[in-house]
Amino acid sequence: MAPDRRRVGVRAAGLGAGLLLLVAVTVLSIAVGAKQLTLAEVWHGLVSPGSPEHAVVQQMRLPRTLLGLLAGAALGTAGALMQALTRNPLADPGLLGINAGASAAVATATALLGVATVRGWIWFALLGAVVVTVAVHAVGGGRQATPERLALAGAALNAVLYSFVSAVMLLDAASLDRLRFWTVGSLATADFTTVATVAPFILAGLLVGLAGARPLNALALGDDAARALGASPALVRAGTVTAVTLLCGAATAACGPIVFVGLLVPHLVRALTGPDLRWLLPYAAVLAPVLLLGADVLGRVLGRPGELQVGLVTAVLGGPLFLRLVARR
Amino acid sequence: MTSRLGGVGMTLAYERRVVARDLTVAVPDRSFTVVIGPNACGKSTLLRALARTLRPTAGTVLLDGRDIHTMRSREVARTLGLLPQSSVAPEGITVADLVARGRYPHQGLLRQWSTEDERVVAESMAATGVTELAARPVDELSGGQRQRVWIAMALAQQTSLLLLDEPTTYLDVAHQIEVLDLCARLHEEQGRTLVAVLHDLHHAARWATHLIAMRDGRVVAQGDPREVVTAALVEEVFGLPCRIVEDPETGTPLVVPRARRGRQSGPVSAG
Repeated sequence: MAPDRRRVGVRAAGLGAGLLLLVAVTVLSIAVGAKQLTLAEVWHGLVSPGSPEHAVVQQMRLPRTLLGLLAGAALGTAGALMQALTRNPLADPGLLGINAGASAAVATATALLGVATVRGWIWFALLGAVVVTVAVHAVGGGRQATPERLALAGAALNAVLYSFVSAVMLLDAASLDRLRFWTVGSLATADFTTVATVAPFILAGLLVGLAGARPLNALALGDDAARALGASPALVRAGTVTAVTLLCGAATAACGPIVFVGLLVPHLVRALTGPDLRWLLPYAAVLAPVLLLGADVLGRVLGRPGELQVGLVTAVLGGPLFLRLVARR
Repeated sequence: MTSRLGGVGMTLAYERRVVARDLTVAVPDRSFTVVIGPNACGKSTLLRALARTLRPTAGTVLLDGRDIHTMRSREVARTLGLLPQSSVAPEGITVADLVARGRYPHQGLLRQWSTEDERVVAESMAATGVTELAARPVDELSGGQRQRVWIAMALAQQTSLLLLDEPTTYLDVAHQIEVLDLCARLHEEQGRTLVAVLHDLHHAARWATHLIAMRDGRVVAQGDPREVVTAALVEEVFGLPCRIVEDPETGTPLVVPRARRGRQSGPVSAG
């Protein structure tokens, strides 16, 4: 049928436009900051090691931008997977407490064990994400879990876990210092070590998540319908939870808990792609880093001479949008 | 009678609640088999067992002579389709997209959408009369249209056996007839074997070519509805005293419940 072909063309073109947008934001993120760079200087900074821009680009802007790309893709994809899995268009790993679980584990590791690097944090973050995912599922009713009960369980765990993180930081001044930026959600401390540490986890999570697009499409029709189509609901759920844990754990370990990106982007993207995850997931993976990097650049401009943490910017931008979405439903 | 699908000595249970014990059934090939019985008699459970969505705690379900639980999911899904009682249409999905999801067992990571898929989806929509609705969101359709779309999805799966769990529930009477006529057409014109769970005895007797009557997890009677549906059977299965007359349209048995004593004649009081 011709209309179908045309629609595939439109969706592919849209994804291409999204990629162009991503390139533009990436360039902006390398150029904008305390020292403003022109396009030519960005280019020099990237390719010619001797130039004066090179140090700024290589040591600060490039790792920060790469981390923004990775974390953004991770948060957007995790949000889209979570929304598909819980059949709840407003689900989000942040709202379900998964990011808070990763944060609490990192805070504990910092205060009690003196862990102070992303390389150490990531394992605790993954562990915290897994524990909370299981806990939310159990508190939310196990096999009888409904979107509402899951959301309530997530909200409750969120409150408990963030109080815990605050308590840890109040009791231990050294951790407070190390974690102050981190708990707000920030890309500012990124270096190449951070990027290299989290990249394998995020890339693995993206692959597992994207491979789940078709089975999740089948599962969206109900468990019996999915089984009748030849998909295994238990296997699909396990794979999706694995992907979400990898993505959220790694993103949180690297930049702290960043809210609303994983919620808003997939929700807005659904208006463009419809509920087909074969399109929804790639769109979310491309457009979420656009939002995250865009917010980071905005934070650098608005906060001059210092900067606003990206987590603050997404919260300020995302909060009202989220309320509007809830009110419209 | 040959049979590609059936179950031998099945015990069917949810958690610890046993619904049926030592149940043996065979679905005749190229039949339109209808399973009837009172609420909670195990008819939907039987259908779920035959569809491989519920695993018997004892006994085997056989598909083409093999234990269905030793077969690969995809292989089963290419032979046997199911229209579940409760299915969910994702918010905002269009008719064409929903029907296309029936192609799942024919696709893979390396074998994505093909012209064959496109042809089958178009044929399935044409067979169920939903081609004009292709671009519409499923949420906006009437109950009858929506049920035809779900049947189209099951057809797109291209299985020679199709199981339908209460396909007429929640539909008004005209849409019930429409869905049953559609099933009959799929059975007669495309030679598919259909198994449906129905509530309405009249519908069962009129459309089925083979009837399985169940009560308390047992098969009470099975066979051609013209021979099986008797006043004694309806009394035994449903506990309903009735007379059987001939359906003036089709000559099939029509169940007429007996009036309560004292209400045989006279005006019906208003209120």
